[in-house]
Amino acid sequence: MKILVPIKRVVDPYAKVKPLPDGTGIDTTGVKFDINPFDEIAVEEAVRMKERDASTEVIVVSIGSGDAEEQLRKALAIGADRAILIETSAELDSPGVAAELAALAIELQPDVILMGKQATDDDCNQAGQMLAAKLGWPQATFACKVEPCGNALHVTRETDTGDETLELPFPCLVTTDLRLNEPRYIALPGIIKARSKPLDRRPAAVNQAPRTRTTRYEAPAARPPGRKVASVDDLLVALKERGVL
Amino acid sequence: MSKLLLIAYDPADGLQGAGFAQKLGLPFDLLCLTGVAPTDVGAERALSAGLDEVPPADALASGLSGVAGGYTHLAAVSAMRSKDVLARLAGLLDAAMVTDVIAIESPSVFKRPIVAGSIIATVEVLATPVVLTVRPAAFGTPNLGGASVAESVALAGSGTAKRLSISARGGARPDLTQAKVVVSGGRPLKDAATFESVIGGLADALGGAAGATRAAVDSGIAPNELQVGQTGKIVAPELYIAAGVSGSTQHMAGIKDSKLIVAINKDPDAPIFDNADLGLVADLYDAIPEIRAKLGR
Repeated sequence: MKILVPIKRVVDPYAKVKPLPDGTGIDTTGVKFDINPFDEIAVEEAVRMKERDASTEVIVVSIGSGDAEEQLRKALAIGADRAILIETSAELDSPGVAAELAALAIELQPDVILMGKQATDDDCNQAGQMLAAKLGWPQATFACKVEPCGNALHVTRETDTGDETLELPFPCLVTTDLRLNEPRYIALPGIIKARSKPLDRRPAAVNQAPRTRTTRYEAPAARPPGRKVASVDDLLVALKERGVL
Repeated sequence: MSKLLLIAYDPADGLQGAGFAQKLGLPFDLLCLTGVAPTDVGAERALSAGLDEVPPADALASGLSGVAGGYTHLAAVSAMRSKDVLARLAGLLDAAMVTDVIAIESPSVFKRPIVAGSIIATVEVLATPVVLTVRPAAFGTPNLGGASVAESVALAGSGTAKRLSISARGGARPDLTQAKVVVSGGRPLKDAATFESVIGGLADALGGAAGATRAAVDSGIAPNELQVGQTGKIVAPELYIAAGVSGSTQHMAGIKDSKLIVAINKDPDAPIFDNADLGLVADLYDAIPEIRAKLGR
């Protein structure tokens, strides 16, 4: 089986970020970057599938600046076999990402594309579904369990009201949710081995015109400061004053 | 000529989305996938697809693409189900897409939260059509009246994904995203039975829904569909009570639209107190029974 795992370099999801004072972007001064956590879960799942079936090949791909090599090396350290870095200085929107990944998928012919359900920087939750649509493949988003079953995957996905299990014939696309797995701690030998794994750099193939453009970044309106109450009695009085009880 | 298709899973979802549709200011049609589309929310046409069960995303998006012609805007209320399908629909239509719209600047400029709500982005749409998922709390309830033309439509979609099983828990409590009161708990709730009796108990006493933090869901204390936050549900009740919730950025991203946030936490330095309207420094195991006793519920 061949698994393609697209990953995105994002600002540290646990850092507090602010807009630039002129509103033209996000202030990333002093902020670290990491693999989008949902994508790291996708890498981990692909590597676990490889560990169960040694004939599996795991290819990771990232689109963006050369800096994304750092995240691709991390994915290789988790256990991916090889990496592709599609280099572009353009800020791609989700349709643009889906277009580049569709071209790559047509070239590589993976059986499965596993990727994060959303990136923690733009919170779009679009690229996977758009890619599946472009390829005409079945999809399962918000996956919390993935099991190969003959020529198909059985994917349990979280829903608004519980969960459901879908059967997706290959080739198919799965986007990962938080509870699919817990990515492993990367030990030093993995990091050393990752340095010599193949990483292929190439230009963007499609360069699709953007469908959307972000024109301004601003801080959200601050909530007026609240107050502490001393007791349950005071709390209930305050709730009654506000008319919510 | 610009026109919106508002896609709803059921009539209640249609009512939630109609506030946005009216604020957008374009003529619109309402399509209800299940149930009968209401004719009094200001739509030109009230379309009912009459599905018994909503199919997986590949078949549904394919069916929706067949009725999308002629619309410049296609929108649905933000939820896991709509994000699953509408982004695929956008891919099929080669459309622009804006997720989680919270404000309309014009029919082609929208605002949305990014980076767990730390930043509000203004997004300009450069292509037609545009697919939108919208947060209903930002747009209020729709004005009711008038009479749309009621029609049935057939969605002729096909796909290869097959649903093997489905579980819907839910139960008797109101829907988390529509509830007037939400009571949420975090990891201090220890286990599923404690969560249910303490958090569920107070939620029931207040006629509300129960919610949970990611930590509580990850550790099996609460089921996944109760997760509130950046990657879970976005709630906007009149009253949000967070008990034993530290208040991570990711959790706060899901509750910011609540009218009144109450925090109960025994740690006086918990970040939740920075964002709560009312804070009570107390052990939730003392405070919640006392609240219920004094309310007599």
